[in-house]
Amino acid sequence: HLATSLPLPSERDHRRPRIDLVVFMIDIKSKYSLKNVETSLAHVDASFFLGKVCFLVTGVGRVNACSIETNAICKLGDAYCSTVLFCELELEGIRVATAQRLLRMLQICAGHIPGVSALSFVSLMRNSGDA
Amino acid sequence: MDETVAEYIRRTVLKIPRDEIKMMLQKWGFLSEAQLQTLNFHQIKDNISQEVVQLCEENSADIKQAAVLDIIYNHIYQNKRMWSVYQMKKSGEELEYFDITDFKKKFKRRLRSALKNVTITFKEYEDNAIWIRVAWGTAYKKPNQYKPSYVVYHSQTPYVFISASALKSNMPLLCQALIVACNYHDIREMELRSHSLNSLKDIVFKRYSQNFQTYTTKPLQGGNVEPENADIRIVQENRSEKERIHRLNQEVFGSGPQPKLEFAQYRLETMFKSDPKMDVLDKKEPFRCLVKFSSPHLLESLKSLAPAGMADAPLSPLLTCIPHKARNYFKIREKKGLFPESFVSP
Repeated sequence: HLATSLPLPSERDHRRPRIDLVVFMIDIKSKYSLKNVETSLAHVDASFFLGKVCFLVTGVGRVNACSIETNAICKLGDAYCSTVLFCELELEGIRVATAQRLLRMLQICAGHIPGVSALSFVSLMRNSGDA
Repeated sequence: MDETVAEYIRRTVLKIPRDEIKMMLQKWGFLSEAQLQTLNFHQIKDNISQEVVQLCEENSADIKQAAVLDIIYNHIYQNKRMWSVYQMKKSGEELEYFDITDFKKKFKRRLRSALKNVTITFKEYEDNAIWIRVAWGTAYKKPNQYKPSYVVYHSQTPYVFISASALKSNMPLLCQALIVACNYHDIREMELRSHSLNSLKDIVFKRYSQNFQTYTTKPLQGGNVEPENADIRIVQENRSEKERIHRLNQEVFGSGPQPKLEFAQYRLETMFKSDPKMDVLDKKEPFRCLVKFSSPHLLESLKSLAPAGMADAPLSPLLTCIPHKARNYFKIREKKGLFPESFVSP
């Protein structure tokens, strides 16, 4: 399900399946994008932040066009205890790899991978991410 | 043949891309087909132009023929020049019969009576466009062939498209000659400029697709807004919003291609509104500011702003009124009176 911001339109509530993973896409070239995500975060139930939220930062390939500091995004990830992924959508290889990573995360969040829960996975990611 | 004419022809040929030289010379028609056959179009342009000048020498070309070649070049490469639009006013409502010979005679006579040293050339095209090339001199100097002005006039319309040379002082003279020749009594420059002559014509002749405001109480169920999203597993949560934006965009811009403009300029003479505590400008004077939007295709980019999520729909009428008002230069002043909003001055 794609949405431009939260909260989701209520008229479609009855047709929506269970949400397993929320991926917030931040375009590093647009300050507005970060602001939009920050406002939308307020509408997310606290239980999602146990591993079911992920920040996906796009456009990192264009170094000259960065409007947001990676520091700020990493702080956001820390504040919300969620994973931060960086990618460049314009390159097919990275695009495919990122999609595969997200899919993997989704499988874990939906409980399809026995032995790994969303919470254990996110703690794994956070500890190794600081290296 | 005059040396200056030879040099002018040589330089004109040098401007033309090599693959187009033969076609343009054929359009020109001054050199015979037999002569064109003798030319080698596969050598460097320097040599081609020298050979062309040789042939023109044989035919004793004068500046009049050279000027026609220049018009042909500028007609094909019209988008290299910047065009302004002028509107003429008639005193009465009479639609007179347009006689091209009469037009040319009156134009030449009016211009030459004020300035003897001018080169005036006419060329008519199938779409009813009359192209006029004027090379300007002074009372003591011969005309400068390298800085001519071009005028495009469609008979039976009150619009003239002018690409002036750098010598702006000749504009009043040119305008006078035009109103005399076209039988109008006044002419004014419109606030509309662009490189694309056809787009300017589209705007003033209203040839672009316009949409008229439709008042519906319920939004119409839009068709497939995003055709590339064929995968039914992707669900757009904000589809109704996307459809609203699409519908508004269609209403404002229409569904056809937009005329091609490169910029819109807004000269602001409004008061600076800030927090009174900031006390930025203690003199209550208008804050002079110039806002310029540039783009390879301004109207198309404005049209794509809302669907791309970069602006809210509907867009400001200051941006969307450009084709309807036939202008891309605006002066915005404070509206005096009850409502402290700015308004667009004519």
